[in-house]
Amino acid sequence: MIKVCFFAELRERLGCAELFVQDFSGENINQLKTFIVKQHPHWEKIFLEKKLLIAVNHAMASNDTAIAAGDEVAFFPPVTGG
Amino acid sequence: MRNLVRVQTDDFDLNKEYNRLITTNSTCGAVVLFSGLVRDFIPPQQLVSLELEHYPLMTETMLGKLSMQANARWALQRTTIIHRTGKLLPSDQIVLVGVSSAHRTDAFEAAQFIMDKLKTSAPFWKKETLMPNPDSKPESYWVSDKDSDEQLAQRW
Repeated sequence: MIKVCFFAELRERLGCAELFVQDFSGENINQLKTFIVKQHPHWEKIFLEKKLLIAVNHAMASNDTAIAAGDEVAFFPPVTGG
Repeated sequence: MRNLVRVQTDDFDLNKEYNRLITTNSTCGAVVLFSGLVRDFIPPQQLVSLELEHYPLMTETMLGKLSMQANARWALQRTTIIHRTGKLLPSDQIVLVGVSSAHRTDAFEAAQFIMDKLKTSAPFWKKETLMPNPDSKPESYWVSDKDSDEQLAQRW
């Protein structure tokens, strides 16, 4: 199982703060995105946005970052703190 | 504690943080404290409030990494990074970066480095509620990232 979190504007647009992905057989973020989009087809456009940032286990990641069961994956817009 | 990172809803006290940065053995020759404030808009626009969301645990991890990177690059004595979350009002303190060192150059540069990197890598997001003019209804929207912030972060 992989925990997936969404933050800020992305969380509001999807209407979802977190979800748990079961039976995922892929190996990286790109495949996870495809897997999630299959379950939520109307999210596809949002997942293709260039500016979407990714974190795996609290470290910044990219589309080809490897993931495995037990990981926490987060998707969020560019940060605007400070 | 040499390097302090705190993410909190409460305000912070500049004097207290200043004193914490000064080491007890008199080798400290420079303290740089930066505090960022919630800025109001230019009239007739008016900022009502700011809501700061963050990614718990990742924020602390990222800020801790920035402290370590600054320590690896400059000769520092102590560092402090405090970032507030939740609802803030115009003029509220939002972020503090403090650095102490033997010499001023290290403290100045390290503080700027931490702040520049924080702006583009720490997972915080601002949502502003504003009045476009005094007679209108409040509107809320997510703040967009700035290319200028990215350029400032890239220079290090």
